[in-house]
Amino acid sequence: MVTVTTQSGQRRAPKAAKTSSVFKKVVMAVSGIILVLYLIAHMIGNLKAFSGREDFNHYSEWLRTIGNPALPGATVLWIIRIVLLAAVLAHIWAAVSLWRQAKRARPQGYVTRKAVAQSYASRTMRWGGVIIAAFVIWHLLDLTFGAVNSEGHDGSPYDRLLASFQNPVSTIFYAIAVILLGMHLRHGVWSATQTLGQSNRRREVTVNYAATAFATVLTLGFLLTPFSVLFGLID
Amino acid sequence: MTLTEDGPRAATAPHEKPGMRLTLRIWRQQDASAPGKMVDYRLDDVSPDMSFLEMLDVLNEQLIMEGQDPVAFDHDCREGICGMCGVMINGRAHGNGLHEGHPQTTTCQLHMRSFKDGDVIDIEPWRASAFPVIKDLAVDRRSFDRIIQAGGYISVPTGTAPEAHAVPVPKKDADFAFDAATCIGCGACVAACPNASSMLFTAAKITHLGLLPQGQPERDDRVVNMVAQQDREGFGGCTNIGECSASCPKGISMETISRLNHDLLGALRAGVRPKS
Ligand code: HEM
Ligand code: SF4
Ligand code: FES
Repeated sequence: MVTVTTQSGQRRAPKAAKTSSVFKKVVMAVSGIILVLYLIAHMIGNLKAFSGREDFNHYSEWLRTIGNPALPGATVLWIIRIVLLAAVLAHIWAAVSLWRQAKRARPQGYVTRKAVAQSYASRTMRWGGVIIAAFVIWHLLDLTFGAVNSEGHDGSPYDRLLASFQNPVSTIFYAIAVILLGMHLRHGVWSATQTLGQSNRRREVTVNYAATAFATVLTLGFLLTPFSVLFGLID
Repeated sequence: MTLTEDGPRAATAPHEKPGMRLTLRIWRQQDASAPGKMVDYRLDDVSPDMSFLEMLDVLNEQLIMEGQDPVAFDHDCREGICGMCGVMINGRAHGNGLHEGHPQTTTCQLHMRSFKDGDVIDIEPWRASAFPVIKDLAVDRRSFDRIIQAGGYISVPTGTAPEAHAVPVPKKDADFAFDAATCIGCGACVAACPNASSMLFTAAKITHLGLLPQGQPERDDRVVNMVAQQDREGFGGCTNIGECSASCPKGISMETISRLNHDLLGALRAGVRPKS
């Protein structure tokens, strides 16, 4: 490229220089993968609802006693919770930081802008992520702590499950969040492969198909339980 | 209007039907510090055989005749090889993606046959804080030069060039390196990216040099320093959306970005840190 020789000397290094943008992406990818692994286990766990009240409550109890009696109480569960919380915080830190970097990188937008390649999934990573985060908070208050659940904290996990998803509004909110999550993972899996330097021209198509297939299976798996409750297949 | 340059078809021949009437909405900005705005212009007789830049030349002649300030835009080779030209056309970098099946090209290689009579065409400069506007449609892309200076080179002794066959390169690598080397540094990737990231440009250089034997000695330092420099210039971070590759006149692939990340992670693991 031939360069223009006009004014404007070396500009001051913006704050973004202090942490590499690629480092942030790696934090995002690694924390995202931890969350994805958890989600796979969580989705499979939810399907336990199909084997009835007893099994489901028992499974829930087991989660709280893994490793007993070698380890006291809910040690393993708490370790899982702490790892997940750290992953969520790291993920959000990286997302917000890259978001702000992107805003600084283009303070003035285009009057006319038409996308040529971006997918709906890639475009909704940020706001979709915010909605997913809001959902996760509500979801924990609802089913883990029972704070916003009509069965409250005293009901069994199975009762809270029924109380929550027999309500269509709650099921629909859940469904929207899970579908957004599916799209987040559709782009996320592909993006993480790129970020970790594992994609190439030969794999690109496969990675994209695999990302779509994975996101679809996970979404459907998560939707199966609440809709079965809503339609009375689980009661 | 008539064309004064001897373009492919100088003046509209009498037997030909009159050219297209177009409305251009162009970003006008006096200098880096002045505020800019979109200004409407009419052109009444545009030949479909003109290139996009010839069409702007016609507009400028008209503006000069009327005693107005011509529209500043960058260009040099007008053959799609130098990387100087580049504007957003109807919201697309170089107009790429205007039509299904339209080959990805540079602004200078876009022809007016891609438009039709009565069209309104919005023309804006690349938008990125690392590409400040100099005037109208011309932006300062020296940030790209500084990324290159940070590591986009190989160190070789000067003197007689060695025998090319002395260093064998696998065909596959040579081909891919060559594909990546076709990047002309136009900046369309940054302009099209929702994050205003320069990742595709930098990745093209990393891929080009990293695949060849001559690029090996500085491979780790190169990637670490070029990435640090692109952050320092204030470009955004890549989120693998793919607008860049779809807007690139040379079709630089997303694979180059994965290669950059791969090299970067390897170099960081080996303890290489950017020069400050
Ligand atoms: C269960 C929750 C979540 C999972 C499993 C998840 C997973 C992922 C994965 C795997 C990636 C790809 C990493 C990469 O780009 O290299 C990613 C990217 C991203 N995530 Fe999440 N995420 C979750 C929640 C969130 C939340 C709550 C937010 C918002 C604050 C968020 C915002 C983002 C953003 C902005 C990206 C980058 C988008 C891109 O690469 O284009 N995510 N996520
Ligand atoms: S990668 Fe493509 S769009 Fe970006 S500077 Fe190079 S040629 Fe232009
Ligand atoms: S003017 Fe050289 S590439 Fe367009």
